[in-house]
Amino acid sequence: MPKLIKHGEILEDDWLPAEPDAGSASAGRILTLEQWSEVADKRGLAVQLEPGQAPSPLFDFLADIPLVAIHFPLFTDGRGFSYGRELREHGFTGELRACGHILPDQMTYLRRCGFDAFQLADESRLETALASLADFDEYYQASIDQPLPLFRRRR
Amino acid sequence: MYLYDEYDQRIVDQRVTQFRGQTERFLAGQLTEAEFLPLRLQNGLYIQRLAPMLRIAVPYGLLDSGKLRKLAHITRVYDKGYAHVSTRQNIQLNWPRLEEVPDILAELASVQMHAIQTSGNCIRNTTTDQYAGVATDELEDPRPYCEIIRQWSTLHPEFAFLPRKFKIAVCGTSADRAAIYAHDIGVELVADDGGRMGCKILAGGGLGRTPVIGAVICEWLDKKHLLTYLEAILRVYNKNGRRDNKFKARIKILVKAMGVDAFREAVEQEWEALRDGPGTLTDAEIERAKSFFTDPPYLVLDDDAVGAELRAQGEADPIFGNWVRRNTLAHRVPGYRIVNISLKATGFAPGDITDTQLELMAELADEYSFGEVRTTHQQNLVLADVQAGKLYTLWQRLQAAGLATPNHGYLTDIICCPGGDYCSLANAKSIPVAEAIQSRFDDLDYLYDLGPLELNISGCMNACGHHHIGHIGILGVDKKGQEFYQVCLGGSQAKDASIGKILGPSFSQEDMPEIIERILQTYLELREDEEIFLDTFRRVGIEPFKERVYAKAD
Ligand code: SF4
Repeated sequence: MPKLIKHGEILEDDWLPAEPDAGSASAGRILTLEQWSEVADKRGLAVQLEPGQAPSPLFDFLADIPLVAIHFPLFTDGRGFSYGRELREHGFTGELRACGHILPDQMTYLRRCGFDAFQLADESRLETALASLADFDEYYQASIDQPLPLFRRRR
Repeated sequence: MYLYDEYDQRIVDQRVTQFRGQTERFLAGQLTEAEFLPLRLQNGLYIQRLAPMLRIAVPYGLLDSGKLRKLAHITRVYDKGYAHVSTRQNIQLNWPRLEEVPDILAELASVQMHAIQTSGNCIRNTTTDQYAGVATDELEDPRPYCEIIRQWSTLHPEFAFLPRKFKIAVCGTSADRAAIYAHDIGVELVADDGGRMGCKILAGGGLGRTPVIGAVICEWLDKKHLLTYLEAILRVYNKNGRRDNKFKARIKILVKAMGVDAFREAVEQEWEALRDGPGTLTDAEIERAKSFFTDPPYLVLDDDAVGAELRAQGEADPIFGNWVRRNTLAHRVPGYRIVNISLKATGFAPGDITDTQLELMAELADEYSFGEVRTTHQQNLVLADVQAGKLYTLWQRLQAAGLATPNHGYLTDIICCPGGDYCSLANAKSIPVAEAIQSRFDDLDYLYDLGPLELNISGCMNACGHHHIGHIGILGVDKKGQEFYQVCLGGSQAKDASIGKILGPSFSQEDMPEIIERILQTYLELREDEEIFLDTFRRVGIEPFKERVYAKAD
């Protein structure tokens, strides 16, 4: 079972990873955007976005989706940061997961963009990643985990 | 000058701790080279040809004497006793040791400095007019907005992994001294029809391989929307900018590909979601930012009396008089002058400054200019608030330290990137070319006769030396493994920004002074009245220059 960071601890994943080659959806498996688009009844289905797949097709279904996974094939491709934040801005309240090649050093950025689950391809780094969530405790910008920018909070 | 409170300090301190951990993990083999690369770049650390290079942020070019002393200390203890002022108003160290960089960053944090986002594919140091707040032609001081943008862009969670680097410049005058048209985003403080100040927003300008003049995205924006609007532009870019080819990844390519109108529409659409949200600036925040840039305690001086005395001193000592004329400028406040300190003495790499010169500058800043010094994108320094009556003693002390070269704005005030002597990306060396030109044209009367002239040199297409926007631009190119130089003419970084035109086939390093000489001769023969080089070029075009430079000897 793959592991991930959720609720501030390292847990076993209860979803099966996306399988781009699978023809149809199967229970408990995260779907690719293509697979997800083809299913008529989307309730309870989890979906994964790749870089270049902006989240707008999901906006009308956010209440039905328990999990959106955003895949980072390469940690330097920062599109997923915007995707995550947009999903939260549109009211998504389910699990927002970053998966793939993400570095412990990106944890606070991800969390601030609304991610609440982190699945590092390199599981040996999970402990470091968990600790990195505490790298920063003060920020200038408005973000998802702290909607007020510092200038509205400064005393 | 902006002063950190405990929040600002905490953010910078935590960043130092984070980078210390990253460096340790890298040295222990827990981070790969490729993974460590963007992390160190975002802390200003390059691995260069000879050694690492550390680029220290000087937000919008403002330093105080405490920071200068710390920089002097750092260059002495951790480096070889000198530093380099970059064309982004930052300070670079050429010889730090990787293991010691966390300690250097900790030293910097102790004087409210850092190296955050001075490199890498993120939002870089915001730059502005080096005469902000003291210029006679200013509509509004841009520095409070620079500071607001600095805070917003520092460790922005969404925009740390952009397709490419991203540079913002702000200006508050109609004469644009911040080259806002050559930036990814340019912000100009402008009045609307009713006289209310707001922001004009440009996007998609940039130098590099494909130089482009920025397009106006918004003619007038209420200042309170500044950050949400910037955020919308950045989001459009982060999502849609090209990531498949680093040479096509800057926002200028995206704006071109989409078309300015479609780009603007996309920005407006993103902005809808952010507009009037919590990121909207409050009056209190704008006032708070402004409160750090109020007037220092200027004396009430009699401009006429001070001016007469200065003229008399200049007549008695013509070398001083000449320096005053060339290197100082009118100040908004009567009896004060702006002093440009040229870091372009022949024999020193343009923009370099030694530890003792840094310390002297700290001392002079305290004695003559309310403790502040500025760096400029022309790689010089500025003491912005000097009493005219004290210029003579100031000049004597500068002269003793080799800091009174009276060439500000003239041919030998060359903008020059570190080039092949230091930079691993270089195609060719740039410093020796600058030095050869400075040595060839060391006759001051000849320089003054040529009039204001900007000569810019880059060692490669990355254009750190801004060659495209020099009146004369020189670019290092690689021809079958040999270093050659391409020349372009007619660039301008001013309000009437233009990109230089390529003269023709490139030249060898030895030929460069001679080529420049021919270009200057052509100009001197063709110029009318007091025309400066750029205006002559614009009137006659490139052909006469081509003919003369490539003419075969009979
Ligand atoms: S222009 Fe090229 S050679 Fe010069 S500093 Fe920039 S990258 Fe290096």
